[in-house]
Amino acid sequence: MTILDRPTLDFLLYDWLGGEALLTRPAFAEHNRESVASMLDTAARLAETHFLPCFKKSDREEPSQNEHGAHVIPEIRTAIAAYAQAGFAAAPFPAAIGGLGLPNLIHTAATAFFMGANVPVASYSMLTVGNAGLIAHFGTQAQIETFVTPALEGRWTGTMCLSEPQAGSSLADIVTKAIPEGEDGLGVRYRLFGNKMWISGGDHDAADNIVHLVLAKIPGPDGKLIAGSKGISIFIVPKLMPDGSRNDVTLAGLNHKMGFRGTTNCLLNFGERDGAIGWRVGEIGQGLPIMFQMMNEARIGVGLGATMMGYRGFQLALDYARTRPQGRRTGTRDVSSKQIPIIEHADVKRMLLACKSYTEGALALILYCAKLVDESKTADTAQARAEADAVLGLLTPVAKTWPSEYALAANDIAIQVHGGYGYTRDFDVEQLYRDNRLNPIHEGTTGIQGLDLLGRKILRDGGKILAQFATRVAATIKAAKDDFPAEANALQAAMDAIAATVHALASVNDEAEMLANATNFLSAFGHTVLGFIWLDLALCISQGDHGAHFAAGKHAACRYFYSFEMPKIAAWLAPVIACDNLTTRMQDEWF
Amino acid sequence: MKLLVPVKRVVDYNVKVRVKSDGMGVETAGVKMSMNPFDEIAIEEAVRLKEKGIASEIIAVSMGIAACQETIRTALAMGADRGILVETDVELQPLAVAKMLKALVDKEQPGMVIMGKQAIDDDMNATGQMLAALLGWPQGTFASKLDIADGTATVIREIDGGLETVALTLPAVVTADLRLNEPRYASLPNIMKARKKPIETIKPADLGVDPAPRLTTLKVVEPAKRKAGVKVANVAELVAKLRNEAKVI
Repeated sequence: MTILDRPTLDFLLYDWLGGEALLTRPAFAEHNRESVASMLDTAARLAETHFLPCFKKSDREEPSQNEHGAHVIPEIRTAIAAYAQAGFAAAPFPAAIGGLGLPNLIHTAATAFFMGANVPVASYSMLTVGNAGLIAHFGTQAQIETFVTPALEGRWTGTMCLSEPQAGSSLADIVTKAIPEGEDGLGVRYRLFGNKMWISGGDHDAADNIVHLVLAKIPGPDGKLIAGSKGISIFIVPKLMPDGSRNDVTLAGLNHKMGFRGTTNCLLNFGERDGAIGWRVGEIGQGLPIMFQMMNEARIGVGLGATMMGYRGFQLALDYARTRPQGRRTGTRDVSSKQIPIIEHADVKRMLLACKSYTEGALALILYCAKLVDESKTADTAQARAEADAVLGLLTPVAKTWPSEYALAANDIAIQVHGGYGYTRDFDVEQLYRDNRLNPIHEGTTGIQGLDLLGRKILRDGGKILAQFATRVAATIKAAKDDFPAEANALQAAMDAIAATVHALASVNDEAEMLANATNFLSAFGHTVLGFIWLDLALCISQGDHGAHFAAGKHAACRYFYSFEMPKIAAWLAPVIACDNLTTRMQDEWF
Repeated sequence: MKLLVPVKRVVDYNVKVRVKSDGMGVETAGVKMSMNPFDEIAIEEAVRLKEKGIASEIIAVSMGIAACQETIRTALAMGADRGILVETDVELQPLAVAKMLKALVDKEQPGMVIMGKQAIDDDMNATGQMLAALLGWPQGTFASKLDIADGTATVIREIDGGLETVALTLPAVVTADLRLNEPRYASLPNIMKARKKPIETIKPADLGVDPAPRLTTLKVVEPAKRKAGVKVANVAELVAKLRNEAKVI
């Protein structure tokens, strides 16, 4: 079984997103469709040989703690090294630091293979690329040479240390402090003291060193920490110092998780003795803005991981449904007749259509956003770059959340298609579900994403960015009027309902009540975005020659989405547009 | 020593092959294509010989439609130095391929041709042998180990009864079996470098060969579905069935 269907990927990259035109831009002219195809071949092969084979083992033999720290299965070291040695870690970076300047769209497509094979093992490399990206963007030349180069060579890995035991989603409340200690060749030097919780890849024995990026506060002249997020700065704190000696960073414990076990998840103590040495990146107080520059891409990465776990569950369910004979066609009375494969049953097809529309739709959404990243950096005009950047910001909470919720739903359905077998550990689908269940939680929960979408991205600027996105949707609706009139009308109705809801909320004075139903709004907006994506895909597939089954399959998935999913939008929006304040008025004691 | 390595573009080994609706071939439209896995092994072996200093140049050759250039590029990314594409829309069969390879050998004068023992699409297992015969060169087919010293290639061959070792006086044709090596993947920087390596495109006529098929395809069908087994009551019945029905003893 292939991890990711190449004709589908090529259709999305080239027919739908115009990848070939992207590759002619000066920034990417080193690449062409043929070289990209070879890179995707290498990604597929590495994913099959180094990531997929340890999928179950990385779950079964979860990380353990010994006197040296966290121990993981040896396959993870090999996988991290192979990923980097093939050039994938460095690929999105500029040539000046050993990269290939690969477009984000293509790197995302390549990453999809590793995610489809084994997200928990691949996530070490994903975290490392994100970490290196931050240092490469905001760090000094000396910091880049010391901390980025070994990471891109696969010798070191990286983390992001944000949460603390008492401060998870609420980063403003962190209390890790950084005491200045002069300056050396790597910048302004500090001693850090504090505890960091939920640190993925925070300790392990799969690389020679770990570079932590740590959020902490520098005390003011009065010795007190500045309240709120403005006091937060960001620091590079390596596990081992550049000379190989131990830094004051200790693994205090491992979290024992439901899934995603290939990735260690750690409680780290910084400064148990004389303080963990770290160097500041960027200016004082700029910790969160710097971190969030990476966070948007990290959130799209979460969406991609969720998508690919759902996609693999769908492929496994499809394979099972095609080969598992059970029962006879409804209405068949002859019990001696041969049993039919369960894919022949209407309800199984309903489940598989749901999986197809969720996971292929989510993949299209992620690639659409990945292309927006490239557009925001390389589009021809400043106006086009700004528009892409704005739309990307609007869609980021959707790219993080929609796959986390609906590719997870596909994993749930994949278990159902397998019946009792799906509930056993002999099959992969239960693990995929457990692994994927993390995604609505980390990198900003679904609730946080709802607040981000409705509060920051829509209401704060009076819906200006939403209007820019609506222009893109309107073009698709117009183009679909003749061939897909019902879908075009339904999408228009959804966009109108979104606009009416935003209008209604704008007149609510109490901010808490205005945002109380933000998650419902996110659900409705997410489905509207996917309605747009599916209609646009259906239009695009009608224009090319992709083989009858391929086109019919995409059209059926689009029809499924409009018939079974789009009607949910009105139900989600009903309490939002009514400004229903049940949740703000509900009292603890009444439960 | 120059090495010539033919590489064939075939349906990817991961793809479930389907017979075309007209029954005259297999479906290739919209299907992922890649290098024949045995040819990857041949390229890998050639690259290792170059890394050992035994080979000086590796020429990757493919034949067929323009898209075969992608297969050559993969070979270049793995370490081949240059490529030759013999471009034609004609359906190619082993004898025509062997004749064109012979013409290329005459022109390029390699010290050895290393190639896959067969292609996974038609499983013909013929081109290497035909080429050796046309050239009048010794052949070491189904190689699972290859050593070169003093103008001799020592080849361990995988045969039905086990392993056979042959010594070939160079120049020779060697065809690669599965266990010869584990091919490397093309790293991203090497894929970029391969873009700058030269590929020469020529036509069959340039080699003086008419590639028109000599064999006619009557029809292509799916293999018969495997029938369910039966339980036998005792050894006597088993022996009787093997003797009378299966006729294998």
